[in-house]
Amino acid sequence: MEFVRNFPCISIMLCLFAGIISSGLRGRAAMRVNTALLVINTVLNAFTLVYTLASGTSYVYVMGKFPAPWGNEIRAGVLEALLALFFCIIMLLSLLGGRHKLVEEVEESKIYLYYVLTDLLLSSLLALVYTNDMFTAYVFVEINTISACGLIMIRQNGRTIEAAVRYMIMSLLGSGMLLLGLCMLYDLTGHLLMSNMKESVALIVAEGQYTLPLIVSIVLMSVGLCIKSALFPFHAWLPDAYGYSTVSSAAILSSLVSKGYIFLLIKIIYRVIGFDIYHDTRIIDVLFLFGLMGMIFGSTSAIKENDIRRMIAFSSVAQIGYIYMGFGMGTQAGMTASIFHILSHAATKSLLFIAAIGLTDVSGGSRKFIELTGSGYRNKWAGVAFTVGALSMVGVPLFSGFISKLLFSQAAVLNHTKMLPALIVLGISTILNAIYFMKTVIRIYTPVGETAYPSMTFKDMPVYAAVLAAFIVLNIILGISSQPVVDMIQQGLAMFS
Amino acid sequence: MSRLKTREEYEKTFAFRFFRWLSGSKDPYVDEVEMQAQKETVIPEETIIERMRESEMIRDKVYDEEQNKAARIFHKIYVTAAILFCVILVSVLLITVSFLPPTGNADNPVNNVVSERYIENGLQETGALNIVSGMILTYRAFDTFGETNVLFIATCCVMILLMVDDAILKKQEAQNDRRFEPKNDAILQGTAFVLCPIIFIFGIYVILNGHLSPGGGFSGGSIIGAGLILYVAAFGFKKTQRFFDEQVYKIAKITALCMYGLIGTYFYMTGANGIENHIPLGIPGHILSSGIILPINVCVGLEVACTMYAFYALFRRGGL
Repeated sequence: MEFVRNFPCISIMLCLFAGIISSGLRGRAAMRVNTALLVINTVLNAFTLVYTLASGTSYVYVMGKFPAPWGNEIRAGVLEALLALFFCIIMLLSLLGGRHKLVEEVEESKIYLYYVLTDLLLSSLLALVYTNDMFTAYVFVEINTISACGLIMIRQNGRTIEAAVRYMIMSLLGSGMLLLGLCMLYDLTGHLLMSNMKESVALIVAEGQYTLPLIVSIVLMSVGLCIKSALFPFHAWLPDAYGYSTVSSAAILSSLVSKGYIFLLIKIIYRVIGFDIYHDTRIIDVLFLFGLMGMIFGSTSAIKENDIRRMIAFSSVAQIGYIYMGFGMGTQAGMTASIFHILSHAATKSLLFIAAIGLTDVSGGSRKFIELTGSGYRNKWAGVAFTVGALSMVGVPLFSGFISKLLFSQAAVLNHTKMLPALIVLGISTILNAIYFMKTVIRIYTPVGETAYPSMTFKDMPVYAAVLAAFIVLNIILGISSQPVVDMIQQGLAMFS
Repeated sequence: MSRLKTREEYEKTFAFRFFRWLSGSKDPYVDEVEMQAQKETVIPEETIIERMRESEMIRDKVYDEEQNKAARIFHKIYVTAAILFCVILVSVLLITVSFLPPTGNADNPVNNVVSERYIENGLQETGALNIVSGMILTYRAFDTFGETNVLFIATCCVMILLMVDDAILKKQEAQNDRRFEPKNDAILQGTAFVLCPIIFIFGIYVILNGHLSPGGGFSGGSIIGAGLILYVAAFGFKKTQRFFDEQVYKIAKITALCMYGLIGTYFYMTGANGIENHIPLGIPGHILSSGIILPINVCVGLEVACTMYAFYALFRRGGL
């Protein structure tokens, strides 16, 4: 067996080791360990991606002596490796970009805990991406939930504690539903491994004996993961959690944590239930409807906001709605568009959060729009980066958001019954996006005469500016050379079934 | 040779007047400009109280259900909807359970090749008499490592929330550590004096026999943790810190988890690459047997004991 095949396992174990060792280090040392870990993981996952692309197949990796279905297993294909690589890059950039705020906002004696949490969060994300076993997925969902709570409340003021409590309650409700659905499915199939489960589920559907429990378990798992990834009616925890936590946490939570759960749902749809069976249960229509509602209501809430961070947070609700709308199309094209949107939204939303912090920093720390007037001139890097992010979110060509909107509309045209609502809502949502993002861009580029706030140049914030530049480049790469990425996604989805 | 002038003489010179004019404190047309510190706008306490009272009154009126009819209706609808939702969810789940395969039936899907191999070959393959230990620590060792990390990260989160700086901790200690608890209670101390060693030994026994009899790292670790908590409750933190302070806690926790991780990684990598691993299984039934289960049990036991004690200490006084 080639040595490359060990890389997914090594990268997960490295994260866990880094987290454990960081708990005994001081702040700066833990930070260095964390950065090194992220760089190493990026390289490892890039190798895995190249290997799976070259070999054109996916492979399973037995964790231990005993083959599945007795032991644990992880599985690496093109899609898994692509997402893992992407998650590592985004996390590295988000942490680098928010580091200066972290030092300000978190007690010095507790900074090492932040890096412990992020290390373990990365391990759980990678495990969710690579897992081939439902119980392993559940264990790492737990780690993910707890570390996300910690990331929210590590900046200790009243609002973040409240947000963390809300997040915890909603997220545990989701975990509980996932666990209930998983238990029922185990009772029906007798397996925890995804491929064996899929065979048993096909058998159950063919025999027609346990149809009702099967449907209930599918519903429970889907709803649980929807709650955890903040689909529209379950999004009440989101604005506070993203709006008041420290900026790296907000970027990581919005662009990675919720995406991890969505990817788990994709895995469940393809590898556990089977796409056709899932499609026939009609849950997909409910997801479609909620996705459409999320696209509208998320954007209208964002328009009403007077706080830039909360506005970006509400925009996440709308974007999660897009992803679920893609699920709801029930076609391969819709799913491809959704996965591309996972990537594009992850790249754009973390850029927006990181850029917004630069703008608020040169406005006396206020996030109100009135204070932000002209801040694009005071911090030119952040202003340009925010504009790029906003244009990408609205869907202007050259940026990644355009490609995902294009893919969504192409997928909608292919689906006869859902074409009209999907296209109409897509149009409305784009206009609403434009309203609140362009309002902000115009606001930050409105000149003001005399101002008491200081300006920031490249010399004051070299790391921060470099991170913003990297984000912009990533965004434009996704926007210009989207075809290879889309091909990879399609190839990966083909490997799933 | 320079000569120091007195202040009065200096004030009469031209230089003095010139520099005074230059610095702006003297206006040549309007005499001296008085420099005064800007006054802070002091809001009298009465107005603050007045405002608070007003906002409280408004809040009371808005949220008071007797005053606000809309709030009352909303509350009623909210409660009804919540109860309805719960009832529907409960009934759906109950109905679903009645459709699940009956418990104990031999034809159930759960009774398949997976459990068959666990039961029939478990002893030969893992060397553990306790099949559950063999299953969670050998067949599914990765899941259990994840589960142990859940405990670890839970302590980290509690630390974020409750950990207090050392300086504040010392001050609190000087005041009074045990406001709500008996101090030097003779009965408690006597009982703890007898019980603690027994509890510790029993916990160690449960951990070390995890592969032979019911028990293992999780249960044994919580027994030891309970013993530590009893000791702290009886004798106070000062005495406990002589053998278990933050440094010891960190070392124990990190060593335990790293050992588990290293053993696990060795086991996964050798297994996956088809290399023979050199961990002997031993003779089933002996204390030194069953391959990786015994060392992993010890590691898990240490971690669980540390976690239990850390939770207690953090919740009680915000530090170890």
